[in-house]
Amino acid sequence: MLDLLPQLGIAAADLAAAFLFLYGLHRMSSPVTAPSGIFVAGIGMAVAVLASFLYAFDVGSAARPDLIVNIALALVALALGGGVAWWSGRTVAMTAMPQMVAIYNGMGGGAAGAIAAVELYGDKAQGMTALGVTLLGALIGAVSLSGSLIAWAKLDGVINKPVRVKGQQVFNGLVLLATIVVGGSIVGAGQDGSGLLALLTKPGWITVFFGCALALGILMTLPIGGADMPVVISIFNAFTGLAVGLEGFVLQNPALMIAGMVVGAAGMLLTLLMAKAMNRSVSNVIFTNFGDAPKHKQGAIKGSLKPMAPGDAGIAMRYAASVIIVPGYGLAVAQAQGKLFEFVKLLQAGGVSVKFAVHPVAGRMPGQMDVLLAEAGVPYDLIFQLEDINDQFASTDIALVIGANDVVNPAARTDKSSPIFGMPILNADQARKVFVVKRGEGKGYAGIVNALFYGDNCNMVYGDAQAVLISMIEAVRGLGLPAAA
Amino acid sequence: MTFQIAISGFVALYIFMLAGFAGWVIIGHVPAILHTPLMSGSNFVHGIVVVGGIYALLNASTLQEQVIGFVAVLLGAGNAAGGYAVTDRMLAMFKTSAPAGSHAAHGKSAKVKSIHAKKKG
Repeated sequence: MLDLLPQLGIAAADLAAAFLFLYGLHRMSSPVTAPSGIFVAGIGMAVAVLASFLYAFDVGSAARPDLIVNIALALVALALGGGVAWWSGRTVAMTAMPQMVAIYNGMGGGAAGAIAAVELYGDKAQGMTALGVTLLGALIGAVSLSGSLIAWAKLDGVINKPVRVKGQQVFNGLVLLATIVVGGSIVGAGQDGSGLLALLTKPGWITVFFGCALALGILMTLPIGGADMPVVISIFNAFTGLAVGLEGFVLQNPALMIAGMVVGAAGMLLTLLMAKAMNRSVSNVIFTNFGDAPKHKQGAIKGSLKPMAPGDAGIAMRYAASVIIVPGYGLAVAQAQGKLFEFVKLLQAGGVSVKFAVHPVAGRMPGQMDVLLAEAGVPYDLIFQLEDINDQFASTDIALVIGANDVVNPAARTDKSSPIFGMPILNADQARKVFVVKRGEGKGYAGIVNALFYGDNCNMVYGDAQAVLISMIEAVRGLGLPAAA
Repeated sequence: MTFQIAISGFVALYIFMLAGFAGWVIIGHVPAILHTPLMSGSNFVHGIVVVGGIYALLNASTLQEQVIGFVAVLLGAGNAAGGYAVTDRMLAMFKTSAPAGSHAAHGKSAKVKSIHAKKKG
């Protein structure tokens, strides 16, 4: 009876962990309860990790001589991996959050792939089903690992431009096909590797399989541009979840299966939401080279760009009754979120009603602008999503667009030939006056001229967002107006 | 009597189906403003893969298995710890403009709750 205790402990701990993950994620559905939600999920994780050392009582006879060494190795790996990641997660700048999430996600995919590798090289996965599932999990995990690393490199600026080669999609398809053929023949081969091409041994073919899968992740992600990153990050998150779930089945661990599948489904939902916010399908994001498409004929745009001094724009907003601010990736690049809120507080002190309008795909990951504004101290009841605020632009004095471009381009509503036609946009152009803070006259990510900038009601304020906001703050302070009651 | 868990074929599919549905429903309720913390939160949850890594490493009997198992635990631990650290950091920043805003994290203020309810509706 006593020898059953470790098994019971693991089973009970995994059950508790699965429940705590679900309950924790559930609590994350409101900003009020969310901090406790992640704490609950964290307890689940701690319980499961501690209990997993009970596996030590149940190891196979082959591994018994190495058990002490293995336990020590596990503790070192936990401390090292956990410590470094914890430290980096605590110290990284909020603007670097997308690449951090990408790299942690890649680590999860890599871990799932490594578990599959142990099972495959050690011939531990027996039978067609187990082998097939292990290989599928290995493929998804490896793609998630290498793809996330490329996504990290792009977000971090290590890779500056989308890498695009002619015939790339055909080539990617061939690599995928090769991976599946190699995987299929590993499943079909006998235990000793009979049935495989005699070119390589079975472990050799397994290595080829992993090589192909890793290459596929890299090839898939290289051509994808920066503004499509919200979709890419969510899809790799879903991939890692799926890989973890599949390896959970191989290891007969329901906690891994449940946690992995929940994340897989959540990631898929988020991916679809992001794609919808761009009015594109997921496959369109992954498989077409957006922004590189043949240039369509741009409808003639009337009007001209009207530059304005930052100070004048700031003063105009101080005398307005209502202002809606539309932040975009440029705000994150300039790290200007703190200065922005300082300026907003000045306006509020003067009795100006200020709101923030956030587009679902503004920034480089879903909801990135919300996090940056929260970091600056903006209360979340001032932040509104597209569908909640879009009707209010028409009755607003001034819309201030900072570092956003395509998400406020009216061409998405009117110009059928535009590549972004049909994408839901923020109706900043309907405000009585629009100020656009922008570094230069360049086009947006989609490479389209923005008709909003040429509108009669629009002024351009050129400069780095942070420098512009500092000038605005100084100008408003210079007025020496008393604060409103 | 045994507590060994054995999940075969269709039972696994049932678990996957129910878990997938649960994930879909739970995440469907999360407001867009929390999408980043949600993503890093679910990123943290799949860090549970570290448990599988520990299992693989403890059962390793060759040097090759030990090396790969070590990598699995290392990466899995990084996933879990990093995911938790960034999620917790982000969530601590979400505040309301209500006077009791600084206590929003505890969810005890009636005013904060009423503001939130209004926003949802």
